[in-house]
Amino acid sequence: MYPKKRSSEKAAQEMIDLMAEAGQENAWDRLDQQSPQCGFGKQGVCCRICTMGPCRISKKAPLGVCGADADTIVARNFLRAVACGVSAHSDHGRAVAEVFIAGAKGEAPDYGVKDPEKLHRIAKEFGVETKDKSDKEIALAVGEIALAEFGKSHGNQLMVKRAPKPRKQIWEKTGVTPRAIDREVVEAMHRSTMGVDQDYKSLLLHATRTALADGWGGAMLASDLQDIMFGSPTPGIGNINLGVLQKDQVNVIVHGHEPILSEMIVAASQDPELIKKAEEVGAKGINIAGICCTANELLSRHGVSIAGNFLCQELAIATGAVDMMAVDVQCVMQGLQKIAACYHTKLFTTADKAKIPGVEHIPIQEDCALKTAKELIVKAIDNFKNRGEVHIPDDKQAAVTGFTNESIKYMLGGKFRASYRPLNDNIMNGKIRGIAAIVGCSNPKVPMDYTHVELAKELIKNNVLVLTTGCASIACGKQALLNPKEALKLAGPGLREVCETVGIPPVLACGSCVDNSRLLVAASEIVAEGGLGEDLSELPLAGACLESISEKALAIGQYFVASGVMVVFAKELFPYLGSDNVTDYLLKDIEQEFGGHWALESDPAKAAQLMLAHIESKRDALGINEETERKLYTMEERRSLEL
Amino acid sequence: MSIIIASAAIRGAHKLAEQAEQILAKAIEEKGKECAVEYPNTAYYLPIIHSMTGRECQTLADLEDVMAQEIKPLLPPPVNEDIWIPYLGPALDAGMAALFAEEIIEACKYLIGPNPINDLWLGAADDVILRERGIQFVDGSAPGFAAIVGAAPDVKTAVEIALKCQERSLYVFMSGHTNGTTLSQQLVEGGVQLGWDTRLVPFGPDISAAIYALGFASRAALSFGGVQPGDFTRNLLYNKSRVFAFVMALGEVTDEWYATAAGAINYGFPVIADSDIPEILPTGVCTYEHVVSNIPHDQIVEKCIEVRGLKIKISEVPIPVAYSPAFEGERIKKDDMHVEFGGQKTTAFEWLIMKNTNEVEDGKIEVIGPDVETVKDGERLPLGIVIEIAGRKMQSDFEPVLERQIHTFLNEAQGIWHMGQRNIIWVRISKDAAKAGFTLQHFGSILHAMLHEHYSSIVDKVQVKIYTNEKDVVKLQEQALKAYELRDARLADMTDESVDTFYSCTLCQSFAPNHVCVITPERSGLCGAYSWLDGRAAYEITPSGPNQPISKGNPVDEKLGQWEKVNEFIKSNSQGAIAQMSAYSMIADPMTSCGCFECISALLPSTNGIMIVNREYPEMTPCGMKFSTLAGTVGGGNQVPGFVGHSKHYITSKKFISAEDGIKRIVWMPSALKEDVKDTLIERANELGLDGQAFFDMIADEKVATSEEEVVEYITKKNHPAATLEPMF
Repeated sequence: MYPKKRSSEKAAQEMIDLMAEAGQENAWDRLDQQSPQCGFGKQGVCCRICTMGPCRISKKAPLGVCGADADTIVARNFLRAVACGVSAHSDHGRAVAEVFIAGAKGEAPDYGVKDPEKLHRIAKEFGVETKDKSDKEIALAVGEIALAEFGKSHGNQLMVKRAPKPRKQIWEKTGVTPRAIDREVVEAMHRSTMGVDQDYKSLLLHATRTALADGWGGAMLASDLQDIMFGSPTPGIGNINLGVLQKDQVNVIVHGHEPILSEMIVAASQDPELIKKAEEVGAKGINIAGICCTANELLSRHGVSIAGNFLCQELAIATGAVDMMAVDVQCVMQGLQKIAACYHTKLFTTADKAKIPGVEHIPIQEDCALKTAKELIVKAIDNFKNRGEVHIPDDKQAAVTGFTNESIKYMLGGKFRASYRPLNDNIMNGKIRGIAAIVGCSNPKVPMDYTHVELAKELIKNNVLVLTTGCASIACGKQALLNPKEALKLAGPGLREVCETVGIPPVLACGSCVDNSRLLVAASEIVAEGGLGEDLSELPLAGACLESISEKALAIGQYFVASGVMVVFAKELFPYLGSDNVTDYLLKDIEQEFGGHWALESDPAKAAQLMLAHIESKRDALGINEETERKLYTMEERRSLEL
Repeated sequence: MSIIIASAAIRGAHKLAEQAEQILAKAIEEKGKECAVEYPNTAYYLPIIHSMTGRECQTLADLEDVMAQEIKPLLPPPVNEDIWIPYLGPALDAGMAALFAEEIIEACKYLIGPNPINDLWLGAADDVILRERGIQFVDGSAPGFAAIVGAAPDVKTAVEIALKCQERSLYVFMSGHTNGTTLSQQLVEGGVQLGWDTRLVPFGPDISAAIYALGFASRAALSFGGVQPGDFTRNLLYNKSRVFAFVMALGEVTDEWYATAAGAINYGFPVIADSDIPEILPTGVCTYEHVVSNIPHDQIVEKCIEVRGLKIKISEVPIPVAYSPAFEGERIKKDDMHVEFGGQKTTAFEWLIMKNTNEVEDGKIEVIGPDVETVKDGERLPLGIVIEIAGRKMQSDFEPVLERQIHTFLNEAQGIWHMGQRNIIWVRISKDAAKAGFTLQHFGSILHAMLHEHYSSIVDKVQVKIYTNEKDVVKLQEQALKAYELRDARLADMTDESVDTFYSCTLCQSFAPNHVCVITPERSGLCGAYSWLDGRAAYEITPSGPNQPISKGNPVDEKLGQWEKVNEFIKSNSQGAIAQMSAYSMIADPMTSCGCFECISALLPSTNGIMIVNREYPEMTPCGMKFSTLAGTVGGGNQVPGFVGHSKHYITSKKFISAEDGIKRIVWMPSALKEDVKDTLIERANELGLDGQAFFDMIADEKVATSEEEVVEYITKKNHPAATLEPMF
C-alpha cells in the first residue's frame, strides 16, 4: 500500500491508490501475499524434474536423490528457463511465418506484403529467385524457407550469416551454431531431464546454443516477417501512458505480443461503419491503445498510443474506461479476469494457445481475421453504454519510436547516404562513448519503471546512446526519455550534439522484446561499417535488464552474452546463483569463450557505472580513446580510400 | 541547432520544387511536352538526375516524370519544432530533391531563357571541358573545387579569396548572389580573369547554377570512376573520397541555399559560411564537420581546406608573384604586357642539357643581357633559356622529358605566359608582374625550384643561364637546334622492336581499376601525356609509382602486338579482368581505356574502315554517337572490339592498328583533327607507297560526310584504299 514504493511514476501511483481504496487486488498485492518467497527457488537450487524429488540443495543436503549437485540443478534450471523463453519468441515467429505463408497463398486475405523492398532483400538473403515472380510468389518461397527454420532436419540457422565472421567462427569452434529452433529446445528439455546431461558447463553451452536459435533465428525471423507483412517501422510520434485512454471514446486495449491480432484490430477500428456505430452510442470515436509489446509494435508502425507496460494491465482496467481488452500471448496476467469482472470491461482471449478460465475466447483465425476483429470492436462499442465511473489519469507523454536497423541507417544519411558511418564516426571521435541496450520487463519487486529510467538517464548523461525495447522502452516513454526535446536536456554534451544533428532523442525505442534481434543486426552492421573492430565483442556496447520477469529476458540475455555483449541483470531477479561454479562461469569464464558475460547489479546508478567502465575498456582496446590529430589527405592518400 | 538548418533546407527544397514546377509548366506551355531538353554537348543528360536515378531525361515530359516520381516523393514534411522525428536523413533527401529541381530550372532556362550562357556566365560545362578538367581532380593536379555561392562584402575581399583558392590550385565554381551582387562580378571588377583557364568559373548568378558544380562532380564519378548511372551510393562516396570539394557560402544564407547545401552534403562536401548561421559539427556524412559558420574572410579559405580534410602543398617558389597551376591558363593581352620574347618576332628558344656534376653549380642563375626592368612597357627581347642539369641518375634521354616541363613551370607563375617549346616559344611578362618586381632572374628561380621539386630523384643540380642579347641567343640557338635534331633522330630510330621493355601506366586505376596502359616507343599513352621516355623517366623518379617496366618476353603474336609477359602483366594488374591485350589491333583484344583518351577510333562496318574522333569535336559522328557517348562505351577499362582510345600522336605511328593495315583504314576524321596531323599523315602515307596528299584528300570529314552512308559515298567516289583491303572482321 505504498504507491511510491510500487511505482516511480505518477499515473500508476494514482491508479494503485485508487485500486487500494476500492479494495481491488493487483500484482503488488499478490506479491505481498507471496512474501517471503522461497529461498531455494531464488537460488535456483530446487529441482522438481523427477518424482524422486522435489529436492532442494542445502549445506545439510548437498545432493539431490539422483546425486545431482547444485551445479547441475542450477544449470538445468537455467537451461530450461532459456528454452522456455526461446520457445515463446520462436513460437511467436512460427505463428507469423504461418500467417505469412497463408497470406502469400491467398488463404489469409487480410494479410499481405506491405514492405516489398524488404521482401526482396530477404529473398536475396535466402537465395530465392525473384526474377519474373510476383511478390506473392516470392513471399511464399520466403515464408516456406522461414517456416522450415523451426524444424529443418539439417543445417544451421540461416540468419546466423548476418553475424560478423569472427563471431561465426567462435560459434563454430565452441559448437553452438544453432540448428533448427525446435531441435535446440527439444534437446534442451532432453538434456535437462533426470539422468542426462549432468555437466554444468555442457548444460550451459547448450543454453547458449538454444538462446542463439532465438536471437539469430526465431525472434529475428519474427521481426523480419512482420516488417514485410505489416510494414517496417519508421520513426513516428505517439503518446504513452494511461492518459491516452479517452473518456468520450470507445476504448479498446490490445495486450500481448503478436501483431497478427492487433494489426487487425487497428484496421477494423478505421472502418467508417464502425466509427459511425460508435458515434451512434454516444462515443466520439474508437480509441485503440496497446499494452506490453503489442503496444510497441503498433506505435512503431501506426502511431497507436500505448496505455502502459506489463504492470499497467490491471491498472488500465481499473480506470473504468476500457470497454474491451483483447489479449493474445505472453505476459497476460490471469488476474485480469478478476479485475475485469469488477468493471464493465469485456475481456477476450484470442490465441488458441492462451486461454483463461472465465474469459470468453474468440480466436483470431487467419482466413477471417479482420471480420473477427470487427466483431470484437462491435462488442466494445456495445459495451460503451455500460461504463460506470471513469477515472483516467492525466498523464501521457509524446514519444518518438520506430527505430530499426533500416530506419537508423536512413536517418543518419537519408535515402542516398544511408549508413552507420555517422554513428561509427561519432563513437570513434568520442562524442558518443558507446551504445547501451536497456530491455525487458516490469517487475513488481522494484518500483515500476524506476531502474530502467534511472539507468537510461545515467547513461545518456555520460554520452552513451541508449537503445531500448519492450516494457523498458515504454517505461522510458512514460518519463519523456523518448521525447527528443525533453530528453536531450538530460544528455551529455557530445551525445546531445549528435542527437541534435540527426534529430533523435538520446534513447531510441527499437520495438518489442522480440525485436531485440534487430539490435544484433544493427550491431553487426556497425561492425561491418568499419572502425570499431571486427567482432561484436569489440564494440563499446553493453546491455541491461534490471526489471526482468520473464524467461524470455533470460533467453535474450544469454544470446546477447553469446554474441559478445556484457549483460547486466538485477541480482535479486537472477535466480541462478546457488552454484559457485555456475556463477563463476556466467559472470567470468564465459567471457573467454564468447567475449560477453553476465554481470549482476540491482542499483541503476551502479549498473550504469559497470556499463560505462565496460564501454571505456572496449574503447581503450580499440585505441579510440587516444587523441588523434585531424588527418588531412594528400592525393595519394585519397586514392587509397576505399569506395 | 541543426533543427534550424534542417527546417530551412526542407522549406527551401519545397520552394525550389515549386519554382521548378512553374518554370517547367511555362516551358511546356511554350514548347510542348515533347520538346527536347539538354545541357549542351554532354552524354550525361541532366547529370545529377542521371547519376542518382539512372534517368535519361531528353524531353520536357521526362522532366515532368522526375518532378512527380523523384522530387515529390523525396520532399519531406516540414519539421515540427515541438516534437520532431529524425530530420537529418529527410533534410539530406530534401537537398537532393532541391538539386533535381534546380537541374530542371536550369534546363528550362536553356529553352525559354534567360539563357544560362550570357554575359560572363558560362552555364553547364560540356563533356570536352569535363574530360580536360575533370581528370585534374583525379590525377591530383587540382586538389578539389570550391563551390562559392553569394558574394564577398567587397571587391578586395572577393579578389583575395579567389587568389587564395588559385594559389592552392583549387577550382572556384561560382553561383548565386547576395542581394544582387555576385562574386563573379566582383572579380571582374577587381580585374581578375575568369574562365576555366584560370580556374575561376562563373556558372550563373542564381543559386540553381550551383548544380553545374555538383553535376560536374557527379559526371566525374560517371566518366572517371566507372560508376554506373543510378548507383547513387557509389557516386556520392566516390565524391566524398576522391573529389575534395566544399561549399563556401558568402552572405545571407536563404532557405534555398540551405536546401542546395544539404544537397552538397550528400556528396560529402561540407559548407563553410562567413555569416552567423547554426553549425553542424559532428562528422559522418562528410569526412569532418558538415556546417561551420561565422568564419572571418581572411581565414575562410584555410578553414574550408581544414574542414574538408585536404592537404595542399603550396609550391614555395621565391618569386614576387603567386605561383600555382591555377595561373597556367591565364592569358596576357598585348595591352597588359610589359615585355615579350619570341613568338616569331624575336629569336627565342629553351634548351635543357645534361652535364657532368662538376660542370654545374646548383642554384646558380645568370642573366646575360638586359633584364625586364630595363625595357619599356610593350617592348620585345630575344630569349635563350639554357638549363644545365646534373644528376647521378640523369640520362640524356630524359632531357626532352624535363625540357617539356619548362612550359608548365613558367606558366604557373601569375603574370607569366608561355607557349610552345624548343625554338618556337613565345613568352610574355605582364605589367603587374613587372611592377611586383618580377625579373628574368625569377625564371631561373622557378625552374630551379620546380625541377628539384618534381625530379629530385634524378636531378641533383640545376643551373640556369638566361640570355637576352641577340648575338648570344642566335649563336646558342644553333647549338640547340643541333641538339634537337640529334634527339629527333634518336627518337625516330626508336621502335617497339628496338627495346625489350615497355612501360605500364596505371595512374588512372584510382578511377578505372581494371585499366592498364602499355606505353611502347611507337604507342604513347592514350591521354597523349606519356611517351615511352616519359614512362621510363617516371619510373626512375618513383620506382614504386604507376609507371612500371614490363619486359616483353616471348612474342605471342607479333602482328597483333602480343607478348607473353605483357599479357601476364595486364592480367595481374587488371585484377584478372583482362587476359590479353594487342598493342596493334582494335579488333582482337584491343587495349582498354581509362577515359582520358585524346581520340577514339571506331569501326564503320560498311566502309571497311574506321573513323577517328578527337575529344574536342562536339558534333555527331558517322558512327551515330558523339564523342561523349563513344567515350562512355570505350572507357572504364573494358575491351570493346571495334573501338579503341588513343593519343593523337599514335595516329601517325607505324604501329597504328598495324594488325588491321594501319592508316589505310582511316575514312573519316573531323577536319580540325585532320589538319592537326596533316603533315605527318601525308609523310606516313608516302612511306606506305600511297600518294600522301591524294590519300589525305580521300579521308572524309564533317564537311563532306556526317553519316556512315555519306562516308561510303565519299570514299567510293575517291577510290579510298580501304575498300580494297581484307574485311576487318
